[in-house]
Amino acid sequence: MSAQSSVESVFREERGRLLASLVRRFGDLDLAEEVASEAIEAALVQWPVEGVPARPGAWLLTTARRRAVDRLRRDQAYAARLAILQVEADRADPAPPADADGDLPDERLQMFFTCAHPALAAEDRGALTLRCLAGLATPEVARAFLVPTATMAQRIVRAKKKIREARIPFRVPGADELPERLPGVLQVIYSIFTEGYAASSGPRLQRLDLAEEAIRLARILRRLLPAEREIAGLLGLMLLIHARRDARTGPDGEIVLLDQQDRACWDRTMIEEGRALVIIALTGGPPGPYGVQAAIAALHDEAVDLATTDWPQVVALYDVLLALTPSPVVALNRAVAIAMRDGPEAGLALLDELADEPQLRGHHPYPAARGDLLQRLGRLPEAAAAYREALELAGTEPERAHLRRRLNETEPAHDRG
Amino acid sequence: MKYMLLINAGAVDGNGAPAECSFEEWVSYDKELKDAGIFVSGESLADLVTATTVQVGQDGRRTVTDGPFAETREVLGGFYVIDVPDLDVALDWAARNPGARGSGSVVVRPIADFGA
Repeated sequence: MSAQSSVESVFREERGRLLASLVRRFGDLDLAEEVASEAIEAALVQWPVEGVPARPGAWLLTTARRRAVDRLRRDQAYAARLAILQVEADRADPAPPADADGDLPDERLQMFFTCAHPALAAEDRGALTLRCLAGLATPEVARAFLVPTATMAQRIVRAKKKIREARIPFRVPGADELPERLPGVLQVIYSIFTEGYAASSGPRLQRLDLAEEAIRLARILRRLLPAEREIAGLLGLMLLIHARRDARTGPDGEIVLLDQQDRACWDRTMIEEGRALVIIALTGGPPGPYGVQAAIAALHDEAVDLATTDWPQVVALYDVLLALTPSPVVALNRAVAIAMRDGPEAGLALLDELADEPQLRGHHPYPAARGDLLQRLGRLPEAAAAYREALELAGTEPERAHLRRRLNETEPAHDRG
Repeated sequence: MKYMLLINAGAVDGNGAPAECSFEEWVSYDKELKDAGIFVSGESLADLVTATTVQVGQDGRRTVTDGPFAETREVLGGFYVIDVPDLDVALDWAARNPGARGSGSVVVRPIADFGA
């Protein structure tokens, strides 16, 4: 491995660890980011000449800490705010304690909780997590969320200002707070995944990099909190969905729904890993919402085709999910599963009960599901109307193309000219 | 670090106090803050009908008007200033405030520090 590519891979893997360690010592995210970047730059200069150190992470941390001390000495405002004596004492101890990998202790857990803090705007939590824990630069985060770099930079500055000025702490919540705070962290990771997987807007249906970042983040979090079964559930859910990625779009980027997917293209290794995680998530205590959703995804992944899917079991799991997290969106998915178990009429009746739910207004899967069931019942003009309504709302071009195809199927041949 | 807890009452009784909690609950909350050694200041505000607004125009003339009267459902009913280590601790105290319940809410604002 060349020193150059080694530096880059270390940077990618270690940036989050480095930041977390620096933030714990200095309590300041901006300072930590600046000196982390300076340490990386120093490594890019020195390592090609002097060779890669035995403990690259520790080298980066020591270098970054020295830069921070120099900066604090120069900057009186910083020096007054941060306890300089503590920092000086820290300097006398050049090598941080090694962890099991022989490099740096992992202090990223507190960073996860700070980046996902409920006092931050929901849209900023994912951006901050990608920036501070996945090691993405601001332009990469901006591309991931399809916003201009300047917009993303402003959002990150605003979020960091709130952390600093409102003093959002860098700390791991106590055992008594964890049940309240962990779901927020999981929500951030899952929203990164769904953002990447079914982009809410833009030409491409999937942005795989973002989905893979989310999986990577969940793996890190699982290592840090191995006893939390909902993390296993979330990781399992994402793997079981991501296993179908190659079958989900056709050669021209068009959307392929579950019933049409070539199941031979599904990633069996990923499915096996996901299934093992479902078992962990659902044993040893009451299930959580991610564990249940992962179990539903596993039933789909295990089936040979749509017809032989274990629909009674899918419906039973949706019943559990609805009890855990009552929401019209879950009720919508449950209605679709019931249509598969008991026929389109039964599903349609349930969908019609949800017609007045404010949360489903503007949610294109609702009219799209109605259109599908109406079409299967042969009520074509009503199906066409539902597809048109969904078309008004659908975000990605592949989703709209799919709905246009379905709409075409409902229109009599002579209308198509 | 100092934080102000702005207590918004969703529903106010005849005395300007939030209707959903008792006087005893406020007394006990006030005592908890003082016993914890984090109380800096705090007042409850008299009924909104007693409020008067002053505005000075560009010509230096003052305009005094009765009110304001609540156009939104939320009315500032009082405040506390507390001195705690970080936002998480401030949010915990805000959540324990009797005014945070029901239709009320507590807004937590860090006090700007120009000294550092």
